[in-house]
Amino acid sequence: MKKIAVIILASLTVSLSAQTADEILDRVDKNMSAENRVLESSMTIHGKRRSRTMTSKSYTMGDKKSFTEYLTPAREQGTKMLKLEDKLWIYSPSTDRTIQISGHMLRQSIMGSDFSYEDMMDDRKLKDIYTATITGEEEIEGRSFFVMELIAKVEDVAYHSRKIWIDALRFVPIKEELFAKSGQLLKRTTLSDMQKVQGRWFPMKMTYKDMLKHGDGTEIHITAIKFNQDIPAYIFTKAALKQ
Amino acid sequence: MIAIKLAFKNLLGAGLRTWLNVSVLSFAFVLIIFYNGMIDGWNRQGRNDTQDWETGIGQFWHPEYDRYDPYTIRDAHAQLSDEITNQIKEDKLTPILITQATAYPQGRMQGIVLKGIDPKQKILKLPASDLDNAQDEYSAIIGKRMAETIKLSVGDRVLVRWRDKNGTFDARKIQIASIFRCNVPSIDNGQMYISLNVLQEMMNLKNEATLLVAGKNYTGGDIKNWEFKDLTFLLADFDKLIQAKKGGAMVMEGFMLIIALLAIFDTQVLSIFRRQKEIGTYIALGLTRSQVVGLFTVEGGAHSILAALLGAAYGIPLFLYLNSIGITFGTPDMGITIAETIYPYYSLGLIITTIILVVLSATIVSYFPARKISKMKPTDALRGKLQ
Repeated sequence: MKKIAVIILASLTVSLSAQTADEILDRVDKNMSAENRVLESSMTIHGKRRSRTMTSKSYTMGDKKSFTEYLTPAREQGTKMLKLEDKLWIYSPSTDRTIQISGHMLRQSIMGSDFSYEDMMDDRKLKDIYTATITGEEEIEGRSFFVMELIAKVEDVAYHSRKIWIDALRFVPIKEELFAKSGQLLKRTTLSDMQKVQGRWFPMKMTYKDMLKHGDGTEIHITAIKFNQDIPAYIFTKAALKQ
Repeated sequence: MIAIKLAFKNLLGAGLRTWLNVSVLSFAFVLIIFYNGMIDGWNRQGRNDTQDWETGIGQFWHPEYDRYDPYTIRDAHAQLSDEITNQIKEDKLTPILITQATAYPQGRMQGIVLKGIDPKQKILKLPASDLDNAQDEYSAIIGKRMAETIKLSVGDRVLVRWRDKNGTFDARKIQIASIFRCNVPSIDNGQMYISLNVLQEMMNLKNEATLLVAGKNYTGGDIKNWEFKDLTFLLADFDKLIQAKKGGAMVMEGFMLIIALLAIFDTQVLSIFRRQKEIGTYIALGLTRSQVVGLFTVEGGAHSILAALLGAAYGIPLFLYLNSIGITFGTPDMGITIAETIYPYYSLGLIITTIILVVLSATIVSYFPARKISKMKPTDALRGKLQ
């Protein structure tokens, strides 16, 4: 009888914590995503010998549509990327051509950075593709963080598991680690410089690092961000690429 | 017959001048045969090596597979049917599963092709059995070029990252079981061979393969849902390379031949100029102009016969010697299939073609100056008067 009670209590605790984990992910989603946003950023790719920095302006509508235009350096100026649902186009001003990135090409790195087009394209909600559990709580620099483990519950997912550290009060992730099926750590994303923008906490600096190779990874600094703006509909059309 | 006898008599009578011409022509002769023999030897060895290491007597490809398009690799795999499995057991076919991966030697990132091969296969020369003998389940064999490129030795471990059939990343350390040497860079550069079963498990592609290599004893016909690629197709690049080399060789041989033929042409012009009295005498004795033209043409053409004989005198021992020791180029790594030591191959066809080429061209260049004889007036020729 006592055993049964323990089992029931344990399963209740597991289901409660799973629910809590999903709730936490929901709150993170609410914080990080918006109806739309316009942001300007600089991306620094740290190579073995030198680093390259490029600036861009992005328009994002929900998680299905986004448009990015590279502003500097001169070599990349005018390069534009358009994502509509699961399709991605790139316009290159030097060739004046628009090409669709599809299939295996999505696995290529974006501008030589540490993340791929595919990383950008996967717009499914984490809780739809992963089973999340809270594995603990940690205190870092006086702040309390949930440590969550996400295990893939669908087959077509790039990373089998993830570990995310989420600010317990602000509901913003500060670190994410992506793992292979074998448990090998593949990538680490660090988010910092949290600022309150239009009533929500948002990381203004992100560092992506491929943990298997040497180097300092890719840094993204958000220089300006605005949520829920009035973005003209033509921005999310192929015609906008050549304008 | 008289013309031939006279021609040889005159040639031998001309002494040093004849032997200089014959020497130059014989050198061209020997060089043409030697150079073509080298290319033919390279071709034979290259084709044999490619068959031994890579192609077998042909391959069955998954219809999606295109060796020049790495993007096709992901979807190019299919189940091995019972019929195929039986052929594999009888060592008539060996399956290979291919996937793209990334190796991280010393923290560097390098795109590689991961190939799963049967450790028990006997069709290809790849030392696949080393995978069975390795202690680590995740072990690989690589070629010498690959080992040098990613700076790995036997026993070293390298982290390799790949995606399974669903696109999910996986990564493991793979130990180098052995390093093989071969003359076929297309099976070495950027490639890592692991056990077929292990790769199937890693990719979640149980009992599947990308292509099947047919061994010499393969007698079965077409296999349903697999496309047969014969040696003409599989060796097309190598054949084009050899054709290009032969084209280049023809230019060099052409120059050699022109130099030799120019000497014969000069000799002919000089002979006709200096031997006008002789020409007049022949005509006065009743020979027709065309017979005299024929005599001088045969005389010029006979240089090539003597050149062939002289060339054979020193060429045959030289060729036999080179054929026994081969010609070593060290360890060339030019990205093309070439043996470290090439044994020239002199086919009968090559020798006969070269003889015909040299004799014919020598005869033609002898004929043109001799044509002048037909315009000579016999009386003026007898007097040795310049015309």
